[in-house]
Amino acid sequence: MEIIGLPLTRICNREYNDPRQRQLFKNVIYVGALAALLDIDMGVITELVGDQFKGKEKLVAPNIHALELGHQYTLENFDCPLSIRVEHRDLVGDRILIDGNSAIGLGAIYGGATLAAWYPITPSTSVVDAFEKYCKRLRIDPGSGRKNYAIVQAEDELAAIGMVIGASWNGARAFTATSGPGISLMSEFLGLAYFAEIPTVVMDVQRAGPSTGMPTRTQQSDVLSSAYASHGDTKHVLLFPSTPRECFDMAADAFDLAERLQTPIILMSDLDLGMNDNMSEPLHWDDDREYDRGKVLSAEDLDDMEEFGRYLDVDKDAICYRTYPGTHPTKGAFLTRGSSHDEYATYTESGEAYERNMHRLMAKWETAKQYVPGPIMTPAARETGYGVIFFGTSEASSLEALDYLAEEGIAIDAMRVRAFPFNDEVEQFIDAHERTFVIEQNRDSQLRTLLMAEFEFGPDKLKSVLCFDGTPISARNIRKQILKKIPGSNVTPLRRETARLSSGEGS
Amino acid sequence: MSYINPTFRHPELAVNDLGYTKADYEGSLSTLCAGCGHDSISGAIVKAVHEMSIEPHKIAKISGIGCSSKTPNYFLGKSHGFNSVHGRMPSVATGANMANRDLIYLAVSGDGDTASIGLGQFTHAIRRNLNMVYIVMNNGCYGLTKGQDSATADEGSRSKKGDPNPFTAIDLCATALQIGAGFVARSFSGDREQLVPLIKAAITHQGFALIDVISPCVTFNNTEASTKSYEFVRAHSEATGTLDFVPMRQEITASYHPGTSNEVTMHDGSVIHLHKLTEGLDPFDRASAMNVIEQHRQQGQILTGLIFMDRDSRDLHEALDTVTRPLNQLGPEDLCPGSKVLENINASLR
Repeated sequence: MEIIGLPLTRICNREYNDPRQRQLFKNVIYVGALAALLDIDMGVITELVGDQFKGKEKLVAPNIHALELGHQYTLENFDCPLSIRVEHRDLVGDRILIDGNSAIGLGAIYGGATLAAWYPITPSTSVVDAFEKYCKRLRIDPGSGRKNYAIVQAEDELAAIGMVIGASWNGARAFTATSGPGISLMSEFLGLAYFAEIPTVVMDVQRAGPSTGMPTRTQQSDVLSSAYASHGDTKHVLLFPSTPRECFDMAADAFDLAERLQTPIILMSDLDLGMNDNMSEPLHWDDDREYDRGKVLSAEDLDDMEEFGRYLDVDKDAICYRTYPGTHPTKGAFLTRGSSHDEYATYTESGEAYERNMHRLMAKWETAKQYVPGPIMTPAARETGYGVIFFGTSEASSLEALDYLAEEGIAIDAMRVRAFPFNDEVEQFIDAHERTFVIEQNRDSQLRTLLMAEFEFGPDKLKSVLCFDGTPISARNIRKQILKKIPGSNVTPLRRETARLSSGEGS
Repeated sequence: MSYINPTFRHPELAVNDLGYTKADYEGSLSTLCAGCGHDSISGAIVKAVHEMSIEPHKIAKISGIGCSSKTPNYFLGKSHGFNSVHGRMPSVATGANMANRDLIYLAVSGDGDTASIGLGQFTHAIRRNLNMVYIVMNNGCYGLTKGQDSATADEGSRSKKGDPNPFTAIDLCATALQIGAGFVARSFSGDREQLVPLIKAAITHQGFALIDVISPCVTFNNTEASTKSYEFVRAHSEATGTLDFVPMRQEITASYHPGTSNEVTMHDGSVIHLHKLTEGLDPFDRASAMNVIEQHRQQGQILTGLIFMDRDSRDLHEALDTVTRPLNQLGPEDLCPGSKVLENINASLR
């Protein structure tokens, strides 16, 4: 290690009289020095200064002057460049740099959302910020100059999701964006949307819980509370994006899915993906794509029908036909309710009618499997009894860890789960492997619990690889934990280890 | 209440301009207790909407949870309805209204649903001036759970439970006025003459319209020592004045003495006449309305009728500057910017 001393204070004091300037320009002089030492193209840096002070053009010249000051001083006083240097590269191809929340905001616009109702919460706030920013450019009615969208900042998360449900009931595409504490508050309404079968889109950008937790740190710890949100028997469709491109796609898809399945769809991003700029495949939209508005009856449909029942399973796929308020003067009206109802939306306390309805909702859950995005497989180079399952932002580090392990002779098949309910392929994958590691960023192995609950696998089939310190899971961490759990390495699982240590039996 | 559905209708039932009889605006049979004030309010809603010749499907009924919130099942059976969750009706109404500004949002709630669990959403719907009619069926108690005092029960009032209520009451009209509601009225379920024109005026008002209707609970809160009993309300209410509602394009037939009547032309061209007003009340002046409510409260009187109206009300859609076409009628051509625009966005992110 070589230490290079740069007299920043002295340069500043010589150049500037104003004490504030002496302080402020130190950093910029340092950047200029670094450019000289590492042979960074000064043209690029000068251009960036221009970008940074756009709108405050007065500041551009003094900053460039400071840059050059540092650059010049270093060239004159040191051997430049050093043995390490920066070179121009262009290996990113057509990829873009964007944060997941902006991609979700854009996805909502492309997906046709007209109402965003939300309550500010870190780390999801920039979803609605992005929605608004792009709406101001893309959603102004050319004739009147008025808005083809509405954004309502609600008084709390309960109201936010209530607005989404009211708008969706009335035939508009609406969404809310929130984080873990918001999911807790929205649970009651999520149960209503599940039971009354109202399309509802929630963008959940997860942070470290429980309670206030670490609001500025990342986790994947809302999995269980979202999957089973609300009292009674409920299950909600979850989508797990792992890149900004997928944030965009899944945000747009969420509206189609919600209307097709008439149920809440919760997009499960996280702080790491949502708030940081990520390298991503470019966003893509197919102009031939049509919105799937699901089963909605028009006035003509109602006139041609003999009988309308809001919860009649006409097509035997457990998805029923709905009508928007205001459709027909005399037909198709019904009272939406969270209380037990029969096929005609009439209140009932009949246990039989209640069970029939609950069974249909389970059948609809099966139907949902055909619509949600399937898992993505990355098979090992050779046949193996080991598998890993991961989701969301664990993807990059998981694949990197598997590369390291492959180099060490350990072959593992990989599957990235992209949605709940799990498709049949997920069950087959676990069945086909002697042992499957489930990589996730929470303490309680929430995805593993969900897999066990849905498929009734025994705990021995699935082993956890966890990281929940609020930082994104690293490849090194995953590799280390998998190595420990390969039989023969004689190490107990993390949870038992933690319990023993905390009860004072530390080894 | 009778549980036998009457199929016989008088052959000469009056039809409105659309050719509908009142029966076309009725709902299922009520399962509330016989004599419940809420059923009278349902009746007043049916009468008002029928007389206004509104097509039933142009109305969306929204409610929360409680005895009151069950009533959308008992009126306007040809309208869509949404019986939502406890205290959260205003947010559902807000979303619904955002999606389709062309419908009339007729919401009913109770004193528990509004003044306790839903106080937050109630006030914020007012703050946003959501274009809706918000009827509170106010009986001062929780009927479904057997008569606990609610937050609108007056201090000292005694329900069937027997103990005097030790807490001060939340006056929903005063609260609404303070927050900025543009239409504030109070009425009594036993006074259909007053209630029907108030409902009509509230429907035509462009913005949030509150009607707090004292509606006695015959089972739990119609006792001698209750201030929400039929007897007490009859003996202690004082009307602000009389309100006549004249629908759009209809000739005004009544004659009023000059200086005693206020005429207001509503958003849709209907006209309301206010006359014989309470001394000291200027219904277009918020401070005067607040004063008069407080004076009556101090004298143990219940002030009913139209208390305040803002003639320049701007609703939430105007505040947000949304298009005049309902948002739920916009198609992909209005909503989806297409692949070219996305390619440009991509290019800006490289």
